[in-house]
Amino acid sequence: MILARYRSILVAVGVGLMYAVHAGALPAATTDPTKIVVKDFMFTPMSLTVKAGSTVTWANMDEEPHTVVSNTGLFHSGALDTNDSFSFKFDKPGTYQFSCSIHPRMVGTIIVQ
Amino acid sequence: MADDQTVHSRRNALKCMAFGGAGTLFALAGGIFTPIDLAVAAADKAGATRLGKPLFVQISDTHIGFNKEANPDVNGTLDQTIALLNGMPEQPALLIHTGDITHLSKPAEFDLAQQMFTRLRVNEMHTVPGEHDTTDATVTEYFNRFGKASNNKGYYSFDHAGVHFVALVNVLQFKPGGLGTLGPEQLSWVTADLKGRSASTPIVVFAHMPLWTIYEPWGWGTGDAEQLMMQLRRFGSVTVLNGHIHQIVQKVEGNVTFHTARSTAYPQPAAGVGPGPAPLKVSADQLLTMLGITSVSVAKHPRSMVLSDTTIA
Repeated sequence: MILARYRSILVAVGVGLMYAVHAGALPAATTDPTKIVVKDFMFTPMSLTVKAGSTVTWANMDEEPHTVVSNTGLFHSGALDTNDSFSFKFDKPGTYQFSCSIHPRMVGTIIVQ
Repeated sequence: MADDQTVHSRRNALKCMAFGGAGTLFALAGGIFTPIDLAVAAADKAGATRLGKPLFVQISDTHIGFNKEANPDVNGTLDQTIALLNGMPEQPALLIHTGDITHLSKPAEFDLAQQMFTRLRVNEMHTVPGEHDTTDATVTEYFNRFGKASNNKGYYSFDHAGVHFVALVNVLQFKPGGLGTLGPEQLSWVTADLKGRSASTPIVVFAHMPLWTIYEPWGWGTGDAEQLMMQLRRFGSVTVLNGHIHQIVQKVEGNVTFHTARSTAYPQPAAGVGPGPAPLKVSADQLLTMLGITSVSVAKHPRSMVLSDTTIA
């Protein structure tokens, strides 16, 4: 079950990279434009641009738990164990910074247009 | 080192590893630590009596709720730690837990940990939270169970046998991208707490994250710890303890001795090895030699505080 989910993410990452090469764009971590993968103590992509009204999902693929906490207190995921995910809907345009409260060097940004 | 083919029981293998020198005893004289192999110290009974009365034991990073490959049985290794403590011929007066009691701050994890702690023979337990204990937005779960000593602030002090203990919290005010933080309110409290105390009072300060920078890229340090150190330097004997990094690192700075503790749950890599401080997977017979407890004794002279590390094998 876990392995299957993991594999699907890996496939998604692979497809994303291939797509990025063909499109000549920056390498994307996933094909899903609203998904952030948490892996190897990093948020990937570190910066994600979405349209207002989008729901962004963070998926923890590390063996270590992580959290997704807004710098302004707008959202707080609580502890995400391996394979747990957290979603938040961004209604208003703006720049939203977040970090992991367990590993504060892990930071990221959501830009809502 | 035991040959895998000759190892018939895990316990015997672990004993063998323990005597291979996993434990270290630290003797402090004139402000300088002398590390002594635990097996050597145990064999030298006359030397062991010089350690004096056991005052407190430190355990750390029990991570109840962790169930990954690095140690699928963290309850078992905590139980072994408790059994080891309970088997000590003379019970220390206090137990200090330097945080990460739980892995995910879940109520069931805290409940199980508390239930396990009731088996301890030690009468008094003192805790500080780790960042794994405070992942719920309101930190309700930790404070509901362990907040009484500090009126839900997390930091507090107490005295025992002439030693002044200061419990600090450096996991609640993370600046993104930064190190642990004590914060101005807590630092003012420490200043007031230490004011007027005799410089000859032995001081023990404990927090979850290191109060000295061990490795900044992984956040192994506390950004405003220097303001604390300024308050501590006038004292003749200061012992600063923490957990968080799941391995022993130490240093001496004047009269201040810094010492990190092992975890009872799983080891972590040395600073900078790998992408981050993830659970370190080692073979089963190696695991218990990388977990452990720290006990501190007060010898006759208050300045001769001695730290002794024991692995749970």
